[in-house]
Amino acid sequence: MKALKTSPMTNHIAGRPAAPAGGIDARDVNAWFDRHHVLHGITLAIAPRQVTAVIGPSGCGKSTFLRCLNRMHELVPGARVGGQILLDGGDIYGSGIDPVLVRRRVGMVFQKPNPFPTMNIYDNVAAGLRLGGERIRITLDEVVERSLRAAALWEEVKDRLEKPGTSLSGGQQQRLCIARALAVAPEVLLMDEPCSALDPAATLRIEELARQLAADVTIVIVTHNMQQAARVSDVTGFFLSGELVEMGVTDQIFTRPKDKRTEDYITGRFG
Amino acid sequence: MISAGRAYRRRKITNAIMSAAAALCTLVVLLPLFVILLFLIRQGAGSLNREFFTHLPGAAGEPGGGMANAIVGSLVLIGLAASIGVPIGVLGGVFLSEYPSSRFGHVVRLMADVMNGMPSIVMGLFAYTVLVLPLRHFSALAGGVALGVMLIPTVMRTTEEIVRLIPQSIREASLALGIPQWRTMARIVLPTAAAGIVTGVMVGLARIAGETAPLLFTAFGNRFWNWDLLQPIAALPLQVFAYAIAPFDDWHRQAWAGALVLVAMVLLINIAARYFTARQVRLR
Repeated sequence: MKALKTSPMTNHIAGRPAAPAGGIDARDVNAWFDRHHVLHGITLAIAPRQVTAVIGPSGCGKSTFLRCLNRMHELVPGARVGGQILLDGGDIYGSGIDPVLVRRRVGMVFQKPNPFPTMNIYDNVAAGLRLGGERIRITLDEVVERSLRAAALWEEVKDRLEKPGTSLSGGQQQRLCIARALAVAPEVLLMDEPCSALDPAATLRIEELARQLAADVTIVIVTHNMQQAARVSDVTGFFLSGELVEMGVTDQIFTRPKDKRTEDYITGRFG
Repeated sequence: MISAGRAYRRRKITNAIMSAAAALCTLVVLLPLFVILLFLIRQGAGSLNREFFTHLPGAAGEPGGGMANAIVGSLVLIGLAASIGVPIGVLGGVFLSEYPSSRFGHVVRLMADVMNGMPSIVMGLFAYTVLVLPLRHFSALAGGVALGVMLIPTVMRTTEEIVRLIPQSIREASLALGIPQWRTMARIVLPTAAAGIVTGVMVGLARIAGETAPLLFTAFGNRFWNWDLLQPIAALPLQVFAYAIAPFDDWHRQAWAGALVLVAMVLLINIAARYFTARQVRLR
């Protein structure tokens, strides 16, 4: 666990401008599904280029919170968000802010690997750039290779880039999805229980990857697996019933939680 | 020891009876189809020769001649119908699946269902009123419009159903990459749904290919070649109808042959649809 955290963080995504930091400042965030109030005034700060884990029992609102961070929550009919979420100082819910542009800066990896079924490996990775609307002049080949390398998948797929993305194993598919998200060079990468559909070996690879990627990208990972949060994150927030109970340095949360409810949860007394 | 009790015997007997009943029903459904096919082949195959596929109809009462213009005319009408019905149907279906509970969507869906059940001659009347009357003559265009309008509800409802079947996760993956909604639909969702939509279009085309009523006072029929879309054009169903009610034995035989060609065309379209469905299954 220690070795993993101190592993050399090679800068895979070369050529990234250092300026955008990818820090997030959530202020009094509330979220609803129709009349169902699922997030109650969440205020927290996510430091740039670190791994922040969000833990909590099922239904505590941790996934909803994550989906508020790239404006995916509002896609559900009847869903609503209140409050402010500042990305490097700018409110992503400000008036006139296009959610499409927010999502280009805040990427996401989902619970189940979801490569585009009609596309091969190469096209999956290139999709964000090709369809993102911006005319880009850097060669796609370069971006695809760089992204696949960053997602630790290049060596396994470099000879079969024209094979369908769905022909890969579950763990490989999830790394393909990570590569796809990285290809548009986001400042923040949200991971919504990225390992819950994977076997332990594949899980370990994703966790290592999250650590490495934090050198360049802010990572926010939602997990119901406390060991995973302990292994992978620098900072951990504990959600319960739509409220943020406690947030702090991961070691402290897991060894000396301040709140009784956090202690009950991490010692397995509920959830 | 396993004993074959009364309950076991009863279950076996029930199973045998129900299996037999299901098989019988299948047979009853299939029988008419095969009888029609066999009858068509017996009556029509004899008149199928090169002349039938390459020549214009002969003069009244004279033996010989073919239905070349009607075969081509039917293909032209189907092409016209597809170029009207498919874009409108697919776009309408996309709208219905993207905004399933909008008030306008409900109205459109209801209209589509009503249209689906509307007698086809009404579609002919519609095209007659909006095209034939103002232009003052029958035309291939009017026939194509009548068939195209008939195609819309089938294509629209199939597209809606298929697009809705595409997993939300695919859509979300695209949106989370910062791909706008319309591009997500056009470049991610529709290609994923393409096989199913093609199947729907094929089934719709097969259905309108044999329609006679909407063409009676739109495309009208033509004894000669016609490449002008604003002039009357021949169509297989019309030709079959005209020949079948004529008092000449040779024409009767040709009508059978025309019907056989029509069925073969529809069958080919259906087989093509099956092929695409099979490919879709493999894709999953």
